[in-house]
Amino acid sequence: MKPAPFRYLRPETLEEALPALGDDETKVLAGGQSLLPALNMRLVRPATLLDLNRVRGLDVVSGENGALVVGATVRQADPRLLEHPLLREALPHVGHFVTRNRGTVCGSIAHADASAELPLCLVLLDGSVRVRSAGSEREIAARDFFVTHFTTALEPGELVVETVWPLPEKGWGHAFCELAQRHGDYALCMAAALARGDELRVAVGSVVDRPTVLEVDPDRPGESAAAQVEPWGNVHAPPEYLRQLVRILVDEAVGHARQRAAA
Amino acid sequence: MNEIRVTVNGRAYREVVEPRLLLTDFLRGRIGSTGTHVGCEHGVCGACTVRLDGVSVRGCLLLAVQADGSEIVTVEGLASPGEGTLTPLQEAFRRHHALQCGFCTPGILVAAEHFLELHPGPTKREIAEMLSGHLCRCTGYAPIVDAIHEVAHA
Repeated sequence: MKPAPFRYLRPETLEEALPALGDDETKVLAGGQSLLPALNMRLVRPATLLDLNRVRGLDVVSGENGALVVGATVRQADPRLLEHPLLREALPHVGHFVTRNRGTVCGSIAHADASAELPLCLVLLDGSVRVRSAGSEREIAARDFFVTHFTTALEPGELVVETVWPLPEKGWGHAFCELAQRHGDYALCMAAALARGDELRVAVGSVVDRPTVLEVDPDRPGESAAAQVEPWGNVHAPPEYLRQLVRILVDEAVGHARQRAAA
Repeated sequence: MNEIRVTVNGRAYREVVEPRLLLTDFLRGRIGSTGTHVGCEHGVCGACTVRLDGVSVRGCLLLAVQADGSEIVTVEGLASPGEGTLTPLQEAFRRHHALQCGFCTPGILVAAEHFLELHPGPTKREIAEMLSGHLCRCTGYAPIVDAIHEVAHA
């Protein structure tokens, strides 16, 4: 199918872009790798499309207080992202070679698909989202940003301008694991972990309505993670199968993270 | 309506388009460049992959108006049209029978050219991962992997 008609705006500065976001009939277009399918299938019919791709100053990756700060139009294929060890591990699972050339990191965060890899990583890292509107700006912790499937804490008129990706501190190991039916498809289940000695931080995605950090028993991480989730199940996998995936993938992620921490 | 200027396979075009016109429909319907195929129209099948300023992208996930000012290369732009010479990758596809119906082939050729520029000498596994973004229902992929691998390691 083809998109329904819309008004197309292509601002070149944030000052031009932000006032256009005032009404909720406007959709932001960055990489478009999720928005264009939805437009083509007419799942969304915005009155206005605000194309960020030519806004100056958004294609920026910078280091800041032990974190990588990623601007709104930075593509998932951008080699500057490889400086972050968890992103380096998770990005190959995000869509496909060609879609990563266009899809953006911040767009994936703003889209907030519960089965997307980047939101899970941002939550595991305790990262944050910097947003601006015509009158104000604020920084939202990732744990507060994702409300539920496709729903974020963004208010009308707010635009994600940067996401902040803390780098694991010295001595911490990291890992990202997922199972998808085909490489690059949305995962049935995914898990990510950070570990140092007895310290452990684990997050799971796809099997919950938003990326979620779980308090797990360090001696039996997979088992204790599986006991905390209630997967709905879907046409590809019943709830018990998904729970078993949580068990396996959490153990795998924790194992890798610990090995790296020890190395 | 918006006026756009693009270069497609070296030839300049100036056209007035509705913002909702997809790049694929611009290429096929407006300027008659039908080598770019349209399969799923939601970014899954990869048949519509073209180069936009050198970068491989899904033509169905880009508005023509977004390509304003850009240089586009489609499958028609890979070989030298006048001379009828195929690229090494196209030759390898023919040798390995890496296509049967040929519907997916334009997108795979365009993506594979870009992939090999960025990742010289990939393993068969890496090639298979790249191909996960392209649906082929004829070949079972093995001859496609072989063709790309052969060119990459020639």
